[in-house]
Amino acid sequence: MRALLLAAFLAVSALPALAVQPDEVLRDPALESRAREISKELRCLVCQNQSIDDSNAPLARDLRVLVRERLTAGDSDTGVLAYVTDRYGDYVLLRPPFKATTLLLWVGPFAILLLGGIATALFLRGRRGVAAGADTAPLSEDERRRLDALLRKDDA
Amino acid sequence: MRRLLYLLPFLLFIGVGVAFYMGFQRDPRDIPSALIDKPVPSFTLPPLPGRPEGLSAAGLKGDVTLVNVFASWCIPCKAEHPVITRLAREQGVTVRAINHKDKAEDALAWLARNGDPYASIGADLDGRVSIDWGVYGVPETFLVDRQGRIRFKHVGPLTPQVVEEQILPMVQHLRTQG
Amino acid sequence: MIPELGHYALVLALFVALVQAGPPLVGAATRNTAWMNVAGPAAIAQMLLVLIAYAALTWAHVVSDFSVQNVVQNSHSLKPMLYKVSGVWGNHEGSMILWIVMLTAFGAAVAVFGRNLPPTLKARVLAVQGLIGIGFLLFILATSNPFIRVIPPPLDGNDLNPLLQDPGLAFHPPFLYAGYVGFSMAFSFAVAALIEGRVDPAWARWVRPWTLAAWSTLTMGIAMGSWWAYYELGWGGWWYWDPVENASFMPWLAGTALLHSAIVVEKRDALKSWTILLAIVTFSLSLMGTFLVRSGILTSVHAFAVDPARGAFILVLLAIATGGSLLLYSLRAPAMKAGGLFAPVSREGALVLNNLLLSTATATVFIGTLYPLFLDVLKLGKVSVGPPFFNSTFIPVAIPMVVAMVVGPFLSWKRADLGAALTRLWAAGIAVVVAVAVAAYLTAGGGPLLALVGIALGAWAFVGALVEFAERIRLFRVPMKDSWNRAVHLPRSAWGMTIAHACVGLAIFGMTGTSAWQTESISAMKPGDTARLAGYEFRFDSVGTVPGANYRADRAVFTVTRDGSPIATLTPERRSYPVTRMTTTESAIHTTVFSDLYVALGDPTQNGTAWIVRIYHHPLVPWIWIGGVGMMLGGFVSLTDRRFRIGAPERRRAAKPAVQPAE
Repeated sequence: MRALLLAAFLAVSALPALAVQPDEVLRDPALESRAREISKELRCLVCQNQSIDDSNAPLARDLRVLVRERLTAGDSDTGVLAYVTDRYGDYVLLRPPFKATTLLLWVGPFAILLLGGIATALFLRGRRGVAAGADTAPLSEDERRRLDALLRKDDA
Repeated sequence: MRRLLYLLPFLLFIGVGVAFYMGFQRDPRDIPSALIDKPVPSFTLPPLPGRPEGLSAAGLKGDVTLVNVFASWCIPCKAEHPVITRLAREQGVTVRAINHKDKAEDALAWLARNGDPYASIGADLDGRVSIDWGVYGVPETFLVDRQGRIRFKHVGPLTPQVVEEQILPMVQHLRTQG
Repeated sequence: MIPELGHYALVLALFVALVQAGPPLVGAATRNTAWMNVAGPAAIAQMLLVLIAYAALTWAHVVSDFSVQNVVQNSHSLKPMLYKVSGVWGNHEGSMILWIVMLTAFGAAVAVFGRNLPPTLKARVLAVQGLIGIGFLLFILATSNPFIRVIPPPLDGNDLNPLLQDPGLAFHPPFLYAGYVGFSMAFSFAVAALIEGRVDPAWARWVRPWTLAAWSTLTMGIAMGSWWAYYELGWGGWWYWDPVENASFMPWLAGTALLHSAIVVEKRDALKSWTILLAIVTFSLSLMGTFLVRSGILTSVHAFAVDPARGAFILVLLAIATGGSLLLYSLRAPAMKAGGLFAPVSREGALVLNNLLLSTATATVFIGTLYPLFLDVLKLGKVSVGPPFFNSTFIPVAIPMVVAMVVGPFLSWKRADLGAALTRLWAAGIAVVVAVAVAAYLTAGGGPLLALVGIALGAWAFVGALVEFAERIRLFRVPMKDSWNRAVHLPRSAWGMTIAHACVGLAIFGMTGTSAWQTESISAMKPGDTARLAGYEFRFDSVGTVPGANYRADRAVFTVTRDGSPIATLTPERRSYPVTRMTTTESAIHTTVFSDLYVALGDPTQNGTAWIVRIYHHPLVPWIWIGGVGMMLGGFVSLTDRRFRIGAPERRRAAKPAVQPAE
């Protein structure tokens, strides 16, 4: 049974996706472009990993039509997304909402950059050492005192 | 401390490897319902032509009910149909249905051919009510308690195993709950 | 008979691989030259045996031997010859054979060309390659044998998935696998170095050409895959952040980092343990990609036929290869001596920054791709991570990467003057301003802010690379003839870098242009109708049926005009393959250098009188693939540098021209 269902899923997903149909397109271009943007955020549940904007599955089409209806009815973008998530859960959102369970997802990349940056900075400090050669290393306290003494002698 | 840093990639890999291994025991296609423990969406569906009763939210209160979403064009639906018939006729569970995006005459012919175990059927021609139920692929089956709350959802054809292990115990439990 | 020959050759190759791995490892540890010398001939023998197996399978496909299950499942007597040959690797089993052909070819190349490698290093590298070979040969023989017979043989086959019957996709896998497998060389060198306990500039010099070759072919493979998606899927998308795409992108990002960190090892004897780690990680990500694609553990639009047993086997391979090498790393790497010292602002520092950003980018893709799996395994719910996530996390990391990429080559080794470097980039700065102004003017200030940032980055990368090259040949500072002379005598690696870096800029232009300013017209059209888009008129002249070898096509004819003057005739097709009962779209594309006009024929409408036609205008989109091919070329040009030609550097040093650019 499972295999049958799987075959049905695969049949849908293997087709070249010719998504939005002409009869779906809204007459108001501003509204239509909002609809397209929203559609790109919503996952087509039967085809996995495609947005409803990219998919020709019947459910994707129904959802595209629904999105346009909600927009025409005056819903805000977030209102439309909320309408869909009320029915299908956060799973339909291709941009997962920021919450406890997605904390690592959203913060992870930037935390890695930060930690990596700190590690890199420490590493670079370590590499600098004598490195740059005596000519650029900042003067030590002792050197400065001796230099000052020399300069004062010159002034005098 | 420094040695620990060099061990870090290995430890991270162990974590990823364990996740991969555990990943085999799950099905990435199983998607949970957002509606579990929530009241059924408010809806009213007309009956199929020539039938007395459709389906509505109000009609789902009072008894523990199995709501099956089916269509005559759906092949797995035919496979699960004997299981549902047995559930209704022999195991005494009230089963109602949402006929999903079907032509009325096709649905009636399909029921005449395969038998009709449903107490009532609502015809969802445009699939809009199915969306309210969070349906993404027929067949899907919901279990609704006496208060009209959705308590369980199964995606794909029902099998005797699912009925024995999940649905019947759940029905028993919900009935005793009052 | 011939398929059995292929099968036996594979079994024999497994035994040869055992010989390639075992004795040389022992020999290297005990300084036994005879045992170490087994590795070279074994590597060559293994390659020949695997080639025999590959030839046998190809033969079965070419003559349509339907007594072989693999041929039945993936071929058809009417299939065009090109796809009979490419169909060999268009399926799981055959693709694994191709994979191991490349693996053994790389091994044999080390055996043949690695004459001046220290004997113990060479023996160990070949032994590690042998170990990988053992793993994959076992995998093929145990779970994916392509030589299984069917009795009785059916009259004809099931045909290859028509989406794969396409020139772009036919050659996409060989490039991809050459890239994946090529990174096994870096891995083998890394593991060998860990066993030896020694990494030095010579080691990096041996590793770099292999990494460069792998990186170049992988670049090409990814570019071809994206080009295929662009014209075959029917709406002009070229990157979807799908797990399967990400599986190839992660090794590419890590490989790019490896390519750059190895430079520091070669030139300055620094970043050694980090480079070793990158080599291990890069190949591990290649293995992981294989695992993800073939195990079904993540859902993807274009996964292979999945089989959990295969997934489990690859997971074991991954655990042994990656787990083993990382454990070895944790034991041996701490003993490695830190090398040359340098100031934070220096060429080394810039390459460290490059590595930081590329590693973060790799980690970002990794987290995004695997997060749904992690969350699910921990029973914390299901989540979808799609393009919106990747776009909003990857791009912020990519932007500083491109900015720094241009400045890096201007910094001198050890210690540099950032201000002076930036001053020398004034021309690139002007280019940025001009490009942004032109883009804003042409689009009437339209498009998102990010689009202008993209244009700025593209101009910065492209012109910055050219400025760097101009500086090297002292263009306009010395007479043209001298500049020319300098250019001719520049090391090929300098040419390669300029080409590759400039092409990154081109690709960014393309990505930005099509993402921000693509326009479309989706309508139901009858023959005789005209659609208008981006100043062009598309007249739907006619539609008719044309027969193909193993398909039937509806072919439409469109005449494209601009203000009445003809531009092109486009003939998009919709093909039906009766055997697989699938339909594909063959979009028709007219390309000018600055944009593509793209027409795809959809389904007929309900009443059958009209057709759904999608017309797109994709500004700058060809530059994505021009850039991709250019990056690959840059890699190959670099590869011809005489430094990488074995034995050459010492002998020719005296003959080198006076110009010794800092690279």
